[in-house]
Amino acid sequence: MRIHFKTSYQHDIRLFPDRWTLCVYGALLALAFALPYLIGEFYLGEVTNVLIWAIAGLGLMLLTGQTGQASLGHAAFLAIGCYANTILIEQGVPFIIAFPLAGIITGFVGLLIAIPVLRLHGIYLAIATIALSVLADDIIVLTEHWSGGVSGKFPEMINIFGFEIERWSMPSRFYYLVLVVTIACTLFYRNLLRSPLGRAFAAVRDSEVSATAMGVHIARTKGKAFGLSCMITGWAGALMGYYAGTFNNETFSLVISITLLMMIVIGGLGSIHGAFFGAIVVAFLPQALSILKDNVIGSGVAIPGLETGVFGLILILFILFEPMGIYGRWLKIRTWFELFPFARKDMFRRQKSYLKTERLR
Amino acid sequence: MEVLQLLVSGLANGCVYGLIALGFVLIYKATEAVNFAQGDFMMIGAFVSLGLTNAEYMNLPFWIAAPLTISIMAVFGYLLDLFVLRHLFGQNQTAVVILTIAMGFVLRFIAGIIWGHEPQTLESPLALGDLHIGGVVLGMADVAIIVVTFLMTWFLYQFFQRTKLGLAMQAASQNQMAAYFMGIPVKRVQGLIWGLSGATAAVAGILFASKGAIDPNAGLLGIKAFAAAVIGGFGSLPGALAGGLIVGVIEPFAARYFAAGYSQIAPYALLLAVLIFRPHGLFSQVRVKKV
Amino acid sequence: MSLLEINNATLKFGGVVAVNDLSFSVEEGEVYAIVGPNGAGKSTAFNLISRFYEPFAGTFKFDGNNLLERDADQVADLGIARTFQNIELFEHATVLQNLLVGRHRHRKTTLLEELFFTPRVRREEERHREAVEEVIDFLDLQPYRNKMIAGLPYGVRKVVELGRALASQPRLLLLDEPASGLSVEETQDMRWWIDDIRKQMGITVLMVEHDMGLVSGVSDRVLALADGAKLAEGTPAEVQANPAVIEAYLGAGAV
Repeated sequence: MRIHFKTSYQHDIRLFPDRWTLCVYGALLALAFALPYLIGEFYLGEVTNVLIWAIAGLGLMLLTGQTGQASLGHAAFLAIGCYANTILIEQGVPFIIAFPLAGIITGFVGLLIAIPVLRLHGIYLAIATIALSVLADDIIVLTEHWSGGVSGKFPEMINIFGFEIERWSMPSRFYYLVLVVTIACTLFYRNLLRSPLGRAFAAVRDSEVSATAMGVHIARTKGKAFGLSCMITGWAGALMGYYAGTFNNETFSLVISITLLMMIVIGGLGSIHGAFFGAIVVAFLPQALSILKDNVIGSGVAIPGLETGVFGLILILFILFEPMGIYGRWLKIRTWFELFPFARKDMFRRQKSYLKTERLR
Repeated sequence: MEVLQLLVSGLANGCVYGLIALGFVLIYKATEAVNFAQGDFMMIGAFVSLGLTNAEYMNLPFWIAAPLTISIMAVFGYLLDLFVLRHLFGQNQTAVVILTIAMGFVLRFIAGIIWGHEPQTLESPLALGDLHIGGVVLGMADVAIIVVTFLMTWFLYQFFQRTKLGLAMQAASQNQMAAYFMGIPVKRVQGLIWGLSGATAAVAGILFASKGAIDPNAGLLGIKAFAAAVIGGFGSLPGALAGGLIVGVIEPFAARYFAAGYSQIAPYALLLAVLIFRPHGLFSQVRVKKV
Repeated sequence: MSLLEINNATLKFGGVVAVNDLSFSVEEGEVYAIVGPNGAGKSTAFNLISRFYEPFAGTFKFDGNNLLERDADQVADLGIARTFQNIELFEHATVLQNLLVGRHRHRKTTLLEELFFTPRVRREEERHREAVEEVIDFLDLQPYRNKMIAGLPYGVRKVVELGRALASQPRLLLLDEPASGLSVEETQDMRWWIDDIRKQMGITVLMVEHDMGLVSGVSDRVLALADGAKLAEGTPAEVQANPAVIEAYLGAGAV
């Protein structure tokens, strides 16, 4: 059992609560940097995919897990980030400027969209975001001159001051790029969590009324949450474009939006770990399923909808039996070990809440 | 004349949207949860009726298969609530939303496995032929859809307003704890409403499958039915129908008068507009409560 | 000039007049209680001050500022903090985090600084933490510091609500039924705390309360409301002896 002896407030403010946690994450980071030397190209590509989904997950987590605004339309922001980045580079803007700018543009669009949507709660917000995702799909097709419509676009090779990065021929370089962006986004998220703004997000999630009484401007805070969330998601979208090699309106469909939301629920809503765990599931599920299918049925048969079907089933199982997600289960296991043999049976029991109508507010 | 034709063909589609939207609103009225899989319920209902009626499957007479389908789907809805949704009793609504989305995925997958992915049509006596009234062409199936939809809306509306069970359902959705104290078996009521919703979806499915071909992705028009339910106002049954009709009618008009591509976004653009300016729909049921 | 001045406040909900031409003022440094039967308009008056409701008529002045010009989220900036009758805490956060949100109005750092967690943010965090720890010491919340609200007993939650309001270092503290649901010991604690808040911290307290023992033990002046209108005003003893007040509470035969 680890006991934290705190001698200053900095213990709670800094990133890692103690030496042990610092070492664990340090080792993880070292492993991450050493990865290209340890595994083959194919698996490196898979890990890169996981990281990209994790970044997208962090973006959505900030909005949904931290601020409580469920969004079923985040694929739209993946799309905006991706197209913005590619179009900027096509216009001659160097990658080192275009990439951050694409994120900022996406964040800005998110902010604009947030304004009319701010007053919506619960299902109305979810429905509005669904409409958004479908509209984004159609708008990409409509603005064919800029977006390439259904035929899509092909992002060029990344060029940072002469240093070239190409997804297929230089996978380790691409991996490092993605890794750096992942670390940056994770740090941003962590920093927000331990600062007044992060707490304001949580306040908006849990009780808008008392948050207002404490001086939190709900509309502005939600706007910031949308903006930051969309910025991070935009970066993920840009990276997704490079990873896929080509993209069109179908790359960022409603199904992707829904997958993203389901992913962070499976991973564990409200935690950074959740985004990563969920990303691992989403990225590796297709492989795992095809291996399973090949062994059981034979590789000739194609089962359409298998991935989404199984994914849906996994989600249902999690919501029913482990609503805190993978990270939640991990926490419970860890606490059981830490407190052994004093772990109490119902330590993580959920509080039951009885439904009270939203129609009379 | 063309306007009338567009109007009429939009009406039938609108009624299908309206029926699915009715299913949404039923569940919302009784549990304040949103069943994102309602469109897929319709799809399953359609396939079940197909599986019972069509020659290559069980080849039962339509007038036996139809009530059988409705009963099967009602039981399906009830069992779904019993085994899956009851676990979520007492949790927040977002969890239910996510669960129903996932359910939709699973239902689509299962339908694909059982009945395949090729579009199939129901061999229904409703698809008899066309009616010609004053220059306007209307399929018999469409007439059936319109008639049945209006009947069902009326029936369900009366059910909620007049019957004891309907009032109990409304009570359970407004304040569960109070409903319990009044002796309402809230969980059972919830199961019944899901059953009713399944039956409604079955009706929609049968009608839809008579009209045209269906495949496992047919449930995706549930999203448009969503738009219908929101436009009408989520707590209102006649509103759901009205919303469905509006969306159904807008589509052919937009396709005719707007450029291609723009017509597709019309229902969603309308949805967003309603959400922004009149979020509780045209027949809103939200009132301000004194704190 | 009084700290809080309310004149001719009126609020209607449809046909129901919740607050009827109400006027009262609260002096700086006093503990002022509002009592009255249920439905008298007490919490409504609070919600008017917090700017959650828009009054039909009336003027609201706080420290010379016109409250009606501010939005609900700007009220905290003026130096008014409040608690809620049906506890509105942040369920999925710890006690410490709840109290720290109370410090929101003292936030000096911008979004960009917080994103990069500059040394200035770090210093500010430490400063906020120190301020909150003083509140924790005052209310003896040390054992609950890192506990999630969702698992805490009702009495502790009430205290955390009080702490969160105190953390914002207000000039006027609005307490909405601070003793409701508390046991005799907890009510006694609340009484000493309100007294200390007034004496040690110099904070003016305006409270709505049903517990007449608490009211007479700690208030300087009392306002009795019925049907949204002023029934009587004065010291606790005066108000309790007032025949109109007794009639409103106990019925005409009891006088």
